[in-house]
Amino acid sequence: MEAKRVTFRGSALPYLLLAPQLAVTLVFFLWPAAQALYGSLFAEDPFGLSRTFVGLGNFAALLADPAYLNAGLVTLVFSASVTALSMGLGLALAAAADALGKSGGAYGALLVWPYAVAPAVAGILWLFMFDPSVGTIARALKAIGISWNHALDGEQALLMVILAASWKQVSYNFLFFYAGLKAIPPGIMEAAALDGAGRRARFRFLVLPLIAPTSFFLLVVNLAYAFFDTFGIIHATTGGGPGQATTILVYKVFRDGFEALALGASSAQSVVLLAIVVALTALQFRHIERRVAY
Amino acid sequence: MAGRERTPRLLAHAALILGVAILVLPVYLAFIASTHGGADFLSGRVGLLPGPLLVENYGAVLFAGASTAGIPPVALMLLNSFVMAMAIALGKIAISLLSAFAVTYFRFPFRVAAFWIIFVTLMLPVEVRILPTFQVVASLSMLNSYWGLTVPLIASATATFLFRQVFMTVPDELTEAALMDGATPLRFFWSVLLPLSRTNIAALFVILFIYGWNQYLWPLLVTTDTGYYTIVMGIQRLARAASEADPVWHLVMATAILAMLPPVLVIALMQRLFVSGLTETQK
Repeated sequence: MEAKRVTFRGSALPYLLLAPQLAVTLVFFLWPAAQALYGSLFAEDPFGLSRTFVGLGNFAALLADPAYLNAGLVTLVFSASVTALSMGLGLALAAAADALGKSGGAYGALLVWPYAVAPAVAGILWLFMFDPSVGTIARALKAIGISWNHALDGEQALLMVILAASWKQVSYNFLFFYAGLKAIPPGIMEAAALDGAGRRARFRFLVLPLIAPTSFFLLVVNLAYAFFDTFGIIHATTGGGPGQATTILVYKVFRDGFEALALGASSAQSVVLLAIVVALTALQFRHIERRVAY
Repeated sequence: MAGRERTPRLLAHAALILGVAILVLPVYLAFIASTHGGADFLSGRVGLLPGPLLVENYGAVLFAGASTAGIPPVALMLLNSFVMAMAIALGKIAISLLSAFAVTYFRFPFRVAAFWIIFVTLMLPVEVRILPTFQVVASLSMLNSYWGLTVPLIASATATFLFRQVFMTVPDELTEAALMDGATPLRFFWSVLLPLSRTNIAALFVILFIYGWNQYLWPLLVTTDTGYYTIVMGIQRLARAASEADPVWHLVMATAILAMLPPVLVIALMQRLFVSGLTETQK
């Protein structure tokens, strides 16, 4: 990391300037993270009176716990679905807007605003539409013979939170795909068209490879969104249920830590999540390096 | 050529209109619900058109709340959300400007170490360190306070990196001129760097305001006193009450509309800044 060629002198000033940021980081980020790492190596009795060192015992217990493995599976299905659905829709809408040239930009304003809706609020909106007794969609489904009750049916509950999470995320994908498509030089597309490549062939063999960096970046961002930012959707709608049908990993770490007060297990779960974030961040930075190398 | 191009154009318009309709539908239904009476829902009288109770319902949630469910008036929650969003956005911008200035315009021991410490925060979202962070905040007696709601969230690696990038593009000649004129570093920061970063600050503010407004897990952890409820977390308590006891969906939906109105307005009014803020912070 470089500094400017011309710099100021001062021995105490730079530290003073950094102090607020570093203080907040140390007290509220690094110290608690260290606590989580440390705590994950101990088992605590239910009253919090004593703790014993168990090494990697909490992690072994976690991996042997069917409820945790189930949460991992739910997280996979949930995040894969949200990512596929919101990226697919975002790309389709971006391609449509791009095909319209200048007039396509007018749709932008109508498509980006759901980004501003909080996940919890998005969840509540979908919860209302699917409410078995009063929801518009639930009633429409009943009219065509499908009985909907996400309070009883785990698959329906999972579908509902997937739809709510994707609904909110389409805007983000649209925005980045649209920018990516607009950046493709029109000359390339015209040349391909002159060579006889049809609409579909141009999309498949030119557009998709050219926006691959954007797609990769969005894949990482969407996975991170589905893993972490959707806590509000789950907590405000299904509460992880029915049963464990919508308990994703972040929801489980919250419930085990705050409601079940299982400190060691919760810390071990935090450490697993930390590993996921580190992996996602590393992926994201690899992407940036590659783009810089272009 | 022009004749053959018309059909795809129509298809594109149709796809976009359908997309907009799908995105608008949940909000439209919420708005319709928020204008009807509570008893209308079960009888199926809530259709696709607004009812007559717009003023009554919004007045009720804003100033009375749902006292039976222990929910404070929404006006108070809106105020709390506003304070939280403003404090987080301005706080993040202020401390990130200062630290970016320090790591780009000074050479000092541990400069790179400081940079890495800031960088690590990228990998530690609240969700990863829920319980220990709560314990730290509790031991500092910051539960149920605006301090507790905001200060633990104002560290920002993204904002620091963004401002560092902006500062790196500022010509060195300006610094040399400032040094020659005998300007102090803080004077240079205030009179040269800040005005030059104005648009970046504004763009970042839009993104961070939305980020702060939409916080959910954090206020849920650090507030038990209803006087500090923010609207985004308060709505969950209201919805829970709605699904259990008497149907208050009209009030829940009025609250939902009020909860999304400020951040959506911010995006609508400052679209250009929003888009550049979003793309810049992701670089």
